Amino acid sequence: MEVLAAVLITVVGAATPLLFAAVGELVVEKSGVLNLGVEGMMVLGAVGAFAVTLTTGSATIGILAGAAAGAAMALVFALLTLTLLANQVASGLALTIFGIGASALIGRSFVGMPVDRLPQLDLPGLSGLAIVGPLLFGHDALVYLSILSIPATIWFLERSRAGLVLRSIGENHQAAHALGHPVIMVRYLALLFGGAMAGLGGAYLSLAYTPMWAENMTAGRGWIALALVVFATWRPGRLLLGAYLFGGITVAQLHVQGFGFAIPAQFLSMLPYLATIAALVAISADGTRARLNAPASLGRIFHPET
Amino acid sequence: MAEQDGMAEQDRPARLQLSGISKQFPGCLANDQVDLALAPGEIHALLGENGAGKSTLVKIIYGVLRADSGEIHWDGQPVSIASPSQARRMGIAMVFQHFSLFESMTVAENIALGLDHGPDLDRLAAQVGEVGRRYGLTLEPERVVHDLSVGERQRVEIVRCLMQNPRLLIMDEPTSVLTPGEAESLFKTLRQLADEGCTILYISHKLQEIRTLCDRATVMRAGRIVATCDPRHETAHDLARLMIGEDFSRASKTAGGTRGAARLQVRGLSMAAAAMHGTPITHIEFEVAAGEILAIAGVAGNGQNTLLAALSGEQLCASAGDIRIEGQDAGDLGPRRRRRLGLAFVPEERLGHGAVPEMSLADNALLTGYERQDLLSRGSIMFSRTRDYAQRIVQSFQVVSGGVGSHAGSLSGGNLQKFIIGRELLQKPKVLVVAHPTWGVDAGAAAAIHTALLDLAGQGTAILIVSQDLDELLQISDRIAVLSDGRLSECMLTAEADIGRIGLLMGGHGRSEGDVNDAGGERRAAQT
Repeated sequence: MEVLAAVLITVVGAATPLLFAAVGELVVEKSGVLNLGVEGMMVLGAVGAFAVTLTTGSATIGILAGAAAGAAMALVFALLTLTLLANQVASGLALTIFGIGASALIGRSFVGMPVDRLPQLDLPGLSGLAIVGPLLFGHDALVYLSILSIPATIWFLERSRAGLVLRSIGENHQAAHALGHPVIMVRYLALLFGGAMAGLGGAYLSLAYTPMWAENMTAGRGWIALALVVFATWRPGRLLLGAYLFGGITVAQLHVQGFGFAIPAQFLSMLPYLATIAALVAISADGTRARLNAPASLGRIFHPET
Repeated sequence: MAEQDGMAEQDRPARLQLSGISKQFPGCLANDQVDLALAPGEIHALLGENGAGKSTLVKIIYGVLRADSGEIHWDGQPVSIASPSQARRMGIAMVFQHFSLFESMTVAENIALGLDHGPDLDRLAAQVGEVGRRYGLTLEPERVVHDLSVGERQRVEIVRCLMQNPRLLIMDEPTSVLTPGEAESLFKTLRQLADEGCTILYISHKLQEIRTLCDRATVMRAGRIVATCDPRHETAHDLARLMIGEDFSRASKTAGGTRGAARLQVRGLSMAAAAMHGTPITHIEFEVAAGEILAIAGVAGNGQNTLLAALSGEQLCASAGDIRIEGQDAGDLGPRRRRRLGLAFVPEERLGHGAVPEMSLADNALLTGYERQDLLSRGSIMFSRTRDYAQRIVQSFQVVSGGVGSHAGSLSGGNLQKFIIGRELLQKPKVLVVAHPTWGVDAGAAAAIHTALLDLAGQGTAILIVSQDLDELLQISDRIAVLSDGRLSECMLTAEADIGRIGLLMGGHGRSEGDVNDAGGERRAAQT
């Protein structure tokens, strides 16, 4: 039983960075911008959080630095695509390549250095409960923040006026502009939020999941987050499901490998990707709904003067 | 009485006064020293051909564009309108020609987006209901716009404007997508608004509706105001002459040509709709002979899109014999192979379907003309021939553009339509299928397109026109049929066709013969 609990806790660890990055990207895409630089923002967030935590000794400042690093990358992307009207796909790919390179450069002197794992929140009375205690109440603050970001995002997009404006801009930026909504400004803010969230995902990796810095330690998680957004048909609830499914199978296949089944490890490594895609495709089989959820202006450049 | 009102109005300041407004775009002076005064409570028409500068002017009024020079007075006070939200705060509202709605959102959300500080959605729904009752514009706030008809969508736009209690309502070609019945109820709403003191600036080039609806008309040509008149006292022909600046004659079919062999035959064609909310077509049968123009009338959304997709080859038929071009089975052929047989096709949607907006006119000309115009040489494009071909289209059809290198998307709607029609006509097709040939095109250009179509028929091409514009169809077709709910009525000789019966067929009441004859008789009696 305790083994199971321990396994489930690692599932949470594998899912949390994905969830951060994917929620951020979801809001960005809902505003009509396609930022393929998630991986780059994430990895820079990871090195930023690690380096600042190590030098200042404060994990809180480190986490903030991770978010700021991601947001700074997003700002560069926003300048390129929103102000200078550069192509979003090319700029996003460049951002990823740049982020991986820059993080390796910054992190060179930090390779192999240890940092304390983020402390678990200690909830008196609750964390001590058997099994349920560590499973539900034994995590660090970032895990709870990532999960809370889901209802918060749902509320923002569905219930708040600012969210309504953001969705309208992603749906039809010309019409939103004609109605007088600030297309460029909203997209800047959405991108900064997406960058900060990707940075938090990176910070979780280097401070909690594996408390250390290694070059390219995001290992494609930014790309998974991007795929999750699409397969979740831009719905935050499904994002939560997808991220945890992916995390769960990632951990499960590691254990299967550990037991030494006669399945090539490469196939097992593929499993999380295949299963997540299959599950999300199955739940979004209703193509009509999926098309209505997809932001119609996604990836299109906005020229203010028609 | 009327004169006294006129005196009183002159003493009051105009609601909106524009003086000396100019706006320069690269390559054209869109507005040149425009003066315009709108009185409170009047319905004022702004008339002009495509590209005359009407849209630019209203964009300046609504704060979307800034004028290069000139002054704007609002209720006698000088103002500068920097943004649409400022215009809305002043009491200016606008209904756009291409709807500014968000398809995946509900009616209530769409309306909330047009208000600067919208109340929460529940209270908004109640207010929408109230405005709807006052002006006869019923809406269901919970429905998603995607599922609404065109008329309902426009209602959403109008209610969105009315929620702001506007004092100036701008309507940019509002009836171009409406059925006659929908247009009539729109006019009622507009008159009620004007009676309550709201000024309405009504942009259109439909002369007949301006004559019935508007109190005054300002005519623009090439960026300038050329006349202001009372449209109720002018004939449609006079208004058109003011607009175009020269006399023109309406093309019309000379009756009694000889019909040649059938060039396009459709036999028992049934097809499911391709689009999400399309209408399937059932057992369509007709023939178009050489030199003949067959018109298919009907209100949009009755299967026109499915029929057009089946004819163009975008959707293949169940059996090859359903469609025959020049006597050959073509039902299973794709668009390119049908073009080889001599078919040319003008789709309904100009941007994205009829032309690629981001590509130059020359490239767009190449896209359908490369085979019949010999624009390729062993697989590579012959650019000079392609440009010549595009140049010929531009010249023959007086397309106003910045040259054949300019993007298709930069042309005004009417000019692009002329270009697309010209591109197909110059290929001298054996069969031409054309949807809404003069949609959004001004009277002068429409006459030119009609003449070109008639000339083409005179050279032996079989032409099929699908349109909502009954006047146009009656004017140029030899035979006419009505598409309603995916079924085609029998074909009637246009010269002998009974308008009342066509109207009933379009309204979907033509199924049982007895009813039709009765109702048609009443209609005739009522008309005389």
